[in-house]
Amino acid sequence: MKTPTLQALGFRTVSLVGHLGCIVVFIGEVVTYAVRRPFRARRLVNEVFDVGVLSLAIVCLSGATVGAVLGLQGYNTLSRFGAEGSLGAVVGLSLVRELGPVLTALLVTGRAGSAMAAEIASMVTTQQLDGLRMMSINPVDFVVTPKALAMLIAMPMLNALFIVFALFGGYLVGVVLLGVDSGVYVASLEHAITFEDDVAGTLLKSGIFGALVGCIATYRGYISEPTSAGVSAATTGTVVTASVAVLLADYVITALWGV
Amino acid sequence: MDERICVEDIFLSLGDRKVFRGFSCCFGRGQISIVMGGSGAGKSTLLRLLAGLQRPDRGSIRVAGEEITRLSERELFRVRDHIGMLFQGGALLDSMTVYENVALPLREHTRLAEPDIAAEVGRRLAAVGLPDTEPLYPRQLSGGMLRRAALARAIVTDPEIVLCDEPFSGLDPVNVRRIEHLLTDLSRKLGLTLILTSHHLPSSLRMADHIVFMVDGQALCGSPAELLASDDKRVSEFLEAEHNGHPRPAPGATGVWQAPS
Repeated sequence: MKTPTLQALGFRTVSLVGHLGCIVVFIGEVVTYAVRRPFRARRLVNEVFDVGVLSLAIVCLSGATVGAVLGLQGYNTLSRFGAEGSLGAVVGLSLVRELGPVLTALLVTGRAGSAMAAEIASMVTTQQLDGLRMMSINPVDFVVTPKALAMLIAMPMLNALFIVFALFGGYLVGVVLLGVDSGVYVASLEHAITFEDDVAGTLLKSGIFGALVGCIATYRGYISEPTSAGVSAATTGTVVTASVAVLLADYVITALWGV
Repeated sequence: MDERICVEDIFLSLGDRKVFRGFSCCFGRGQISIVMGGSGAGKSTLLRLLAGLQRPDRGSIRVAGEEITRLSERELFRVRDHIGMLFQGGALLDSMTVYENVALPLREHTRLAEPDIAAEVGRRLAAVGLPDTEPLYPRQLSGGMLRRAALARAIVTDPEIVLCDEPFSGLDPVNVRRIEHLLTDLSRKLGLTLILTSHHLPSSLRMADHIVFMVDGQALCGSPAELLASDDKRVSEFLEAEHNGHPRPAPGATGVWQAPS
């Protein structure tokens, strides 16, 4: 009874190590093709459009909503201590340092990451990637790299938009609805947020999240089984893995760099 | 026979199923070889093995004198520069138009100017009977049109070897003849080595110089006449079933069955 269990454990370990090796090789290939000619600018622009522009509505709407909720909750809490004047700082800091990059990454994973994985997986199913290989075109170069790069480029921009809309949502609730002085709100926001620590930090975080989501989504699509179940597994696998990876990475980045 | 591709003693299992069990055969330079066999016999898998898209568990595959089973993906690209492949489902990129699909290998691997590429693409699409489909997307084409557009892409760089997975399936008789003539012309005029899998018996017998019949993971090879004369029960059963039970013609006949009146 012990031998099969041991065998299964050994098999799983070997398979896991093999899988990790594949991920490293895959990421290495993506990085290599990202810096090597030919630069597929047109494909990259199309992918940035798919990831970025098509995610605008959900990111902006979610940003405004999250900002409004933060304004409401922040006001209720701060008013207990008579510190309503710090509402701008509370809303701004929590958005710029944490909520902006994390929520944007989760939203983009759900909308664009899953779509990216599904598209590549369906290309596997319909032998389009094999078709590229038969034309001596590496699918990692032609299909994967522009998608992963697009995620890396679009994520910080979407994060910035999310934060802007969230600050606006917080302003609407705090200033217009609850009567916090407009000048006080903006001044406390300005005073609390610094470019070096907060703005650069949020852009760094979202860049790392973009790279993570891009690599996970393209990898899950690339290694998917050539069946409709494979497409489905790639999509759900992307959302789950990328979401967990974003949250873990957020903790690590915050712990290491205090961003 | 001047051998362009040689497969020796290959074994391959997919899950529990042994698809190839000591399969050996050679494909001659400039010849039209047709791979036949029942469904699930491994015909498409054989083409994937020849293209280096899949590796056997063991055995040797030599393409143009080069052992491909041990080549890296990058080294395989060098070998594939000489090979065009038509996949059963076409495998056209669905985010690109027919024109962009056919132009892709020329844009990637040649320094041709765009007008020259356009002229070449137009010529190839006309050859497969799809002159006005350039701006269409693959989803706007029927199955037969899709396969013909894919054939245009497979041959646009004038490869020395063309692998076609079921090129006639889903085509009407006129287009079967058109593709048959196109492939035969390419092979005869350019010395192309053509390997097709096909269930379309009349076309296969008209075109083939060499037939590989796949059965039980092994190959029975010979000319069409030899195949028709074969005493092997598995071959005769397949041929008669493929032709709706009509008796086989005598060996050495033109190779086209005549239905009894």
